[in-house]
Parts: sequence; C-alpha cells; structure tokens
Amino acid sequence: MAASETKFHVLAVDDTLIDRKLIEKLLKTSSYQVTAVDSGTKALEFLGLNNNDHQDVEVNLIITDYCMPGMTGYDLLRKIKESSSFKDIPVVIMSSDNIPSRINRCLEGGAEEFFLKPVQLSDVNKLRPHLMKRTQTSVNKRKAMDEIVSPDRTRARYNELEVN
Amino acid sequence: SHLTKKNPKPLKRVKPTNKKRLREREKTNPFSFLGQLIPLAKTGLPLWMLGLAADRLRADMNRLLSFLFHQGILDEQFLQLQQLQDETSPNFVSEVVNIYFHESEKLLRNLRSLLMDREFSDYNKMGIHLNQFMGSSSSIGAKRIRNVCLAFRAASDQNNRAGCLSALEVLEHEYCFLKNKLHELFQVLFSLIFLLLHFISYVKI
Repeated sequence: MAASETKFHVLAVDDTLIDRKLIEKLLKTSSYQVTAVDSGTKALEFLGLNNNDHQDVEVNLIITDYCMPGMTGYDLLRKIKESSSFKDIPVVIMSSDNIPSRINRCLEGGAEEFFLKPVQLSDVNKLRPHLMKRTQTSVNKRKAMDEIVSPDRTRARYNELEVN
Repeated sequence: SHLTKKNPKPLKRVKPTNKKRLREREKTNPFSFLGQLIPLAKTGLPLWMLGLAADRLRADMNRLLSFLFHQGILDEQFLQLQQLQDETSPNFVSEVVNIYFHESEKLLRNLRSLLMDREFSDYNKMGIHLNQFMGSSSSIGAKRIRNVCLAFRAASDQNNRAGCLSALEVLEHEYCFLKNKLHELFQVLFSLIFLLLHFISYVKI
C-alpha cells in the first residue's frame, strides 16, 4: 500500500493501441503508475465523472491524444476543466500534427503542455513539475480521505490498478 | 584433442580462407554458414568458430540497421523503442513491432476496400484510418511510410481518388518491404540468441 502512495498516477488516453503501449511504457519507465484507456468517454467513466461527479480514484495527471473519434482530446480537456471535482488535475495533450492554432487553443483551454508525437522520454520528464506543485493539495486530500470511515472503497479500486 | 595438440599457427592460417568462403556463401544466404557450424559446435570443436559466427551475425545486424537508417526507412524513433526495452519488458521492441504489423494490415485492408468501392465518397472515414496508420508508423519510426501517408493525405484532402489509389499502392509496397526487413532483423537477433545458448552449453561441459 505504501508503494501506491509514493507513485503518481497518470491516466493516459489514446485510441491507437501502439501509442497507448508506448505512452504506458514511457510513463512506467519514469516511475509513474499508469492507467491507459482508449477514449475520452472511458476516461471520464474511470474518473467517476458520471457517478454524481465524485472522484472514485485519485489521478494526478491526464495525458491525452488530440485526434480521437467521438470525443477529441480538446473536448476531454474542456470537460475536465469545467467539472468542479477534476478541474485541478493537470492535462497534457499530444498530437502528431504540428498546427500552431491547435496548440494555442489547447493551451488556452487549460492544457499544461502540448507534446508532439512521437512522445519521447524528454517530454515525459517535463511532467514532473506539473505534478510536484499539486503535491501539497494531494497530501491534504489524502489526509482528509484517511479520516473518512470507509477508506476500503478507494483501496479496492487501487488494488485493481496497482502495478507493483 | 584437436585444439590441444596443434599450436595456434595452423589456426591462424586457416582463418582467412574460411572468411573468404563464408563471404562467398553470404551472397546466396547469410545464414547458411550457421547451419554448417552448429553441428560442428555440437562435436565440441570450434569455440573460436562460434565467436566468428557471432561476429558475422552482429555484422549482419549492423549492416541491416545501417541500411534501414541510411535509406530513410527508419528514423531515430526506432532507436527510442530500443532504449525503452529493459528487464521489466525484455521483448518490448518485438511486441510493439508485432502490434504495428497487426494493426497496419487491418488499416491497409480497410483503406483498400474503401477505395475499391465503386460508390466511395467518404473521405472523412478514410481519413480516420489513414491518420491511425500514419500515427502508428511515426510512433515506431517508420519514416518512409509516414511520408507516403502525408502524400496520401494530400490527395485525400483534394478528394483525388486516383491519387489516393496510387498512394495506397506505394504504401502497400513500402509496408511489405519494411515488414520483410524487420523480420530479417529479428531472424538475426534470434540466431544470435540461439548461438549464444550453444556457446553457453558448450562452456558448461
């Protein structure tokens, strides 16, 4: 259980299997715990956005592809930033297209970073500062959660996802 | 035995001739000499020959990789994949490449069936498949394929069906070529591992 508390949990969203595998490996190599899903809808489900806006699992950062069928990375970004429980989670967007207007739109929409694909380790290294400045709020949140009578619900979810 | 009774000199004389013969054989099949050496290894004979075979295989691998990089077929992203391979995921590169083959064949089939349809008009739908193929090609470092995809996309943006079809043909050809070369590369790697295992078993005895 101690191990899960020292690792940051990143939610990766990409509709392409190869890119999911790659980002997962890049993040794991950088000592992050990773959950990878293949659509914005699944990402929101995972966060628990559909369950009366209550955060089911703690996610420290979301990294998403821009071009996805259905909900684009930008749509997902806006949904996150417009929700009261999740707006503080840093969001990073990835795209294989270098389109300045797209990049600006995402950054203005609240994205912390915009990575050009293929994403490399040097890009993943840029994530840490965005996670570190949230650490204090996360620590306070965790302390508050521990005081709640039923910590088992969140622990149960963690057990499904943990990579030791 | 053979190695203890004779002094090093005869071995040194034999070496250059063998290399010449090996090079000649390589012109037909780079791995044929390997088949001849492994039974020799089993008789306990040529420790130095195993070393020579390993050298040859490493040279083959370097030659293959150099070729792929010089021709612009692969770019440094492929090297990034190799750098990500470690003890926790020792087969990372081959896993990713196999996923790429699997996904690509699906996407290429979809592209072809879309374009061959007489009533084809959904360039958007085709664009989705194309973007996926372009994205995954760039993720494994398949530079040349990615560039052909760009040309394909340009034709698609102009609703130029004929242009799309010829781009697709080039794509299929490039994909086949890359697949063959990567299979060759993995064959060399597996041969090296196979050889190493023989070497280890020999040393144990």
